[in-house]
Amino acid sequence: MKRFLLQRLSFLALSVCGAFTIAFLVMRLIPGDPAQVMLGDYATKESIARLRETLGLERSVAMQYASFVGRALRGDFGQSLVTQRPAFHEVFAVFAPTMQLAVAGAVVSMLFGIPAGILAATRRNRPLDYVTMTLALGGMSMPVFWLGLLLLLLFSFTLGWTPTIGAGAEGGWLSTLHHLVLPALALGLSLGAMVTRMTRSAMLEVIRQDYIRTARAKGLRELLIIVKHALRNAALPILTIVGTNFGIQLGGTILVETVFARPGMGSLLISSIYQRDYPQVQALVVVFATSIVLVNVIVDVLYAAFDPRVRA
Amino acid sequence: MLAAVLVVALLAPILATHDPIANSLLERIRPPSRAHLFGTDDFGRDVWSRVVWGARVSLLVALIVVGVAGVGGASVGLVSGYFGGRLDLVTMRVVDMMLAFPALLLALAVMAGLGSSLLNVIIAVAVAFLPRFARLQRAVTLTVREREFVLAAIALGSTHWRILTRHVVPNCLAPLLVMITVSAADAILVESSLSFLGLGVQPPAATWGAVISDGRSFLQNAPWISGLSGAAIMLTVLGLNLLGDGLRDLLDPTLRGEGAE
Repeated sequence: MKRFLLQRLSFLALSVCGAFTIAFLVMRLIPGDPAQVMLGDYATKESIARLRETLGLERSVAMQYASFVGRALRGDFGQSLVTQRPAFHEVFAVFAPTMQLAVAGAVVSMLFGIPAGILAATRRNRPLDYVTMTLALGGMSMPVFWLGLLLLLLFSFTLGWTPTIGAGAEGGWLSTLHHLVLPALALGLSLGAMVTRMTRSAMLEVIRQDYIRTARAKGLRELLIIVKHALRNAALPILTIVGTNFGIQLGGTILVETVFARPGMGSLLISSIYQRDYPQVQALVVVFATSIVLVNVIVDVLYAAFDPRVRA
Repeated sequence: MLAAVLVVALLAPILATHDPIANSLLERIRPPSRAHLFGTDDFGRDVWSRVVWGARVSLLVALIVVGVAGVGGASVGLVSGYFGGRLDLVTMRVVDMMLAFPALLLALAVMAGLGSSLLNVIIAVAVAFLPRFARLQRAVTLTVREREFVLAAIALGSTHWRILTRHVVPNCLAPLLVMITVSAADAILVESSLSFLGLGVQPPAATWGAVISDGRSFLQNAPWISGLSGAAIMLTVLGLNLLGDGLRDLLDPTLRGEGAE
């Protein structure tokens, strides 16, 4: 277990390094002079020179990288060019709504995906299985932003049940929840499709085991067999998928936040890219990537804690 | 279904009833009719023609992306898996690291630096898709490398190049083919997401994502703009996913029991 933990932790460290590198490269990929690009066409020579100085563009690439990583490790990504406040603080101002959305999306994906997958597995090769699997494949093929727009059209515009934009009033948890429903559905349904497929195959794997046959032979009720014997053993692979989906989920929040005009890391990322606010983009890329890797490592470690076979 | 989309993309100049970027202020936001199959958008542009031309962009991007990422990623995986050792260790750590990031985030980061254009979209999505091919190809190479015919070829003193091209690669094609199909579906989703966010191919060019994004502001009055172009994406991606599933069942004998039995 100790060796496994060490291995995962070194992976974590390496991936965070990778995130720093990618964030650093974003700036280096800019064709021409980054300072000129950031300040736009009307910038004065002096302000460009000042920004080049702040960004350290006069030094060698290796030096720039070293100083970037050094500062980033302390959470210092420089100031946002738009708000003039530390870019790192700006990220944490919108961290909560994005995490709420991601967690709510994960809950929705499990609420739909797990029962649907069990249903398909227990009715294998019967009409219900085909219908569920076709729906799941359809859900996987649907662009999440399009699904969001369709939900918006149905529930907000036509039925008037849910608000169309924003994340709700400050402090009111009921309003927050109300604003969260539709975005969470959009995100959760498309991921739920994947969870459905995984649940089905994990359940099929378990159902053919001997202990299920034994349980049946004992005359246990089918529901008890499915829930107590089969689902328990299929739970780990299912939860792993939900955990590793977290990355895709955070990627999805970028789109869902744009559709529902929700404040969050995703919409901040898009507006920062538009405004060429590169320090902000860098800070966001690092925080996004670090949270994803962190969750993946936690899932791996939990899995190993529960299932000794993985540790080898 | 997929074939239909392909035909539409190839025949775009013939099938498009109107110029996809021609404005017509007199015909703004018209519902679908005989003159405008999918209606018109807020500039009076024919949505059907825009969707038809958008099919070209999406399929072109998907094709080049899986081509570049497939060949590039598979080569990396092949060399890494075949030779093993320290090279393999380093390559796979880099691949693992890249796989940890969602493709959309990686593509967005690249687009943020490069700026928007068709070529940059292709570069960004291809970079985001490279690692998955490398990982798959390495795994397959590792199993093929130990097979008798490869060992025999090594014993006969064949060159590495000959072993790789004649013995290893032909035996890796099946899983790669499945991956290419499924990745093409993903590539279309990522490309349309980028254009939806306004960071893909630049307007007024017609892309599926851009048409959906244009229709957003008129969702209530003109749902056909976003609705129908989104349906185009979904059908194409669904077609590719079905093809991928079908290929997997066909090519992988161990899974053949899954469907039937």
